Amino acid sequence: MSTVLYDHPGPKTVARHRLYTVIAIVVLAIPVGLVIWRMADRGQFRYALWEPFVTPDYIRVLLVDGLWKTLQMAFLAIVFAIVFGLVFGVGKLSDHAWIRWPSWLVVEFFRAVPVLLLMVFIFYTYGIGDGFGPYWSVVFALTLYNGSVLAEVFRAGVNAVPAGQAEAAYAIGMRKNQVMRIVQLPQAIKIMLPSIISQMVVALKDTSLGYYIAVPGLTFVGKQIYGEFNNQLQTVIVVALLYISVNLLLTLVATRIQKRLLGENRSEAVGRTDAESGLAPEADRMG
Amino acid sequence: MEAVSSDFDLVLKAFWLTVQLLVLSGIASLVFGTVLGAMRVGPVAVLRKAASLYVSIIRNTPLLIVFVFVFIAAPKLDWFIGTPFVIKGVVALTVYTSAFVCEAVRSGVNSVPVGQAEAARSIGMTFGQSMQQVILPQSFRAVVPPLASVLIALAKNTSVAAAFGLMEATARMRSFTNDNADQRMEIFLAFALGYIIIVEVMSAGAITLERRWRTAR
Repeated sequence: MSTVLYDHPGPKTVARHRLYTVIAIVVLAIPVGLVIWRMADRGQFRYALWEPFVTPDYIRVLLVDGLWKTLQMAFLAIVFAIVFGLVFGVGKLSDHAWIRWPSWLVVEFFRAVPVLLLMVFIFYTYGIGDGFGPYWSVVFALTLYNGSVLAEVFRAGVNAVPAGQAEAAYAIGMRKNQVMRIVQLPQAIKIMLPSIISQMVVALKDTSLGYYIAVPGLTFVGKQIYGEFNNQLQTVIVVALLYISVNLLLTLVATRIQKRLLGENRSEAVGRTDAESGLAPEADRMG
Repeated sequence: MEAVSSDFDLVLKAFWLTVQLLVLSGIASLVFGTVLGAMRVGPVAVLRKAASLYVSIIRNTPLLIVFVFVFIAAPKLDWFIGTPFVIKGVVALTVYTSAFVCEAVRSGVNSVPVGQAEAARSIGMTFGQSMQQVILPQSFRAVVPPLASVLIALAKNTSVAAAFGLMEATARMRSFTNDNADQRMEIFLAFALGYIIIVEVMSAGAITLERRWRTAR
């Protein structure tokens, strides 16, 4: 770690850090060891409990009915959310107060309301019985929430395009919507792409909330499996690993795109101004 | 509106539980998350790696899965068996939120311009002095906006506890909508308003703090 906070460590400090390292390893090993010992003690390593996850039928159920459905819902939600976000994000930038204010209200409302509350409302009001069912309830709830977040991202992204760009476009005689469409949005999208992908991670994680209204998906399939085999711990571990690997993959893609589009050195500067412009770095994006 | 107004004490009770979950897990995750953040910027490599492993695991796991771990999987190891539901909810929310607090703290420390540390070192301040008098006061300010958004997200995330038998606001709304099918919209708007009030109070507080601590630059 290069730092200007302290001088390069001398022999004494190096020795002290080595001591800290040993202590840290011991302290960290205690909880890990405790969990493993507990699992062994309560017979949680028994093959029968792990068996479903090496049985082709159950793997297929997990991947097809679980992961695939989850990915579908997340993907649909993000596609709709991008449309929603574009409409309301541009609406928030409008010169007309009668467009700006309703857009602001809609975005603020859906951003402040928990997505689960929204999901429950949509499901019991429009989804149940003859309605569109739990699957679309999840998709629509996630669309409204993530769309509002993306609207904010779009607005911030357009504002992050240097003002000279719009001024130059006006100077060569473009109209307002041409400036937005041809000059500002294409540049803004480039800035926002990583944020959009990390929002996909959020949407993917939030599909698990469908558990509350019994939507097929990874979490729900997990529930069925542990209902059958009584292997709660094992199922949760496997399901969590599936979520983590897909999300890490998405994050990796986001980082790649960010590097390719913005270049290494520029991303640092963006990281610094992100908090102020409303384009929160992906690390802060919690849901 | 009658459904909500005639049982208004139930609504208040539900939001009281939401606020309890929020405050308890907010404090716990600020403490735990700051410890993690310190580990992440500190000089001991093992702690740095451990903290970043924790953060990347938790950040990529849905909160609901964390809840399932605490409420459904942990009892298999004879843990959390007689524990009150509120405590279990706070544990799950804290485990999840701490990872985000850690990231906010780290980004705060990293946001202090290098020149500040260099200047402090070059006038002869020790590590402790430059940390105490130059770096930390500035990172403390920089941390306020990201921490505020983490805590606001936490306020909304308390709703996940509804799926695990805690009668907080979202669970209460579900039971209200089931009992009063004709007033769903009003019930939803009433509960949404409750959450909006909580969120707006928090963000107003964050803006005030930010303004108070802002330096002339």
